[in-house]
Amino acid sequence: MSDAAFSVDGMFFLAVLGMTAITYSLRAGGYWVMGRLPITPRVRRGLEALPGAIIVSTVLPIVLQGGLAVGLCLIVAAAAQIKLRKEYIAVFCAAAAAAALRAGGL
Amino acid sequence: MLEKNVTLSWKGCVQGAVMCLPVIPGVIALGAVFGTVAAQQGLTFLETILMNSLVFAGASQFVAMEVYSDPLTMGALIAMIGVTGAVNMRMLLIGASLRPWLGQEPGYKTYPALFFLTDLNWLMAMAQYDKGHRDWGIYLGSGMLFWCLWSLSAIPGYFLGTLIADPKAFGLDVILPAFFAAMLVPLWKGKRQTYSWLIAGAVAVVTWLLVGGYWSIFTGAIAGAIAGAYIDE
Repeated sequence: MSDAAFSVDGMFFLAVLGMTAITYSLRAGGYWVMGRLPITPRVRRGLEALPGAIIVSTVLPIVLQGGLAVGLCLIVAAAAQIKLRKEYIAVFCAAAAAAALRAGGL
Repeated sequence: MLEKNVTLSWKGCVQGAVMCLPVIPGVIALGAVFGTVAAQQGLTFLETILMNSLVFAGASQFVAMEVYSDPLTMGALIAMIGVTGAVNMRMLLIGASLRPWLGQEPGYKTYPALFFLTDLNWLMAMAQYDKGHRDWGIYLGSGMLFWCLWSLSAIPGYFLGTLIADPKAFGLDVILPAFFAAMLVPLWKGKRQTYSWLIAGAVAVVTWLLVGGYWSIFTGAIAGAIAGAYIDE
């Protein structure tokens, strides 16, 4: 491997440090703020609703972008999970369905 | 209001790492694709590894590489940091939701651990928390495994480029969204979830149609959380 592979551009390094700093401040910032606010039952319920809300908000645009094939695969994953409650089977079924649908030209 | 019996054990960390198994192919495929993108954009090997191991936030790295220019100008540098912040805004919310669980642990443990916060290990941990699990090793073990996978998976992608000719042909690109969809199932309990998810979904879709990009995750999540807080059982 040449020395060039191990060189780092100064500006690029600054960009990475900036990206790291902003991401860490977001990772730790929400946690820090919640330590200074009272966690009332209402706030707690809001926080408990977050996992589902984040999943829905993440997945829907992926489906809109990915089209019918992606949408069908996610339905397969959810159906497998409802039946079997095993994430790895649900994920495997979805990937297999995607491979099959794409081989079929969808 | 703080949780009782919050612990951190080696056993919990191992359990967290084991729970990652279904998504490992998805994470490796995504990391390899990032390595390939980085090589195509002209990053050196070390630059690629630095970005993966320090920033450690998949989607935001891809978006930042779209803004990247070689040589990197101050304007592009600021843009890279800005889009990273925008895409990762949701981390504020997911970090906040860990407070009731990790809040009674000392800061010298929790603040370093928050570096390993990603959607995936957070979701896996919250699903266990929902079932009454309080050992946060599940969060830390899975987070550290994802960090190793993310850092290393860029290497084959960087050097071999099209290692897997088309990840889509093997369905590797649906692994992460499918895992998300599967994680939704045990979270559903009744009316409160139905309404808050519908509201989150509607706000996310409208945001996506209007602004595009990654803002929909943030707006949808806030709308869903507010709905969840105010809808009574």
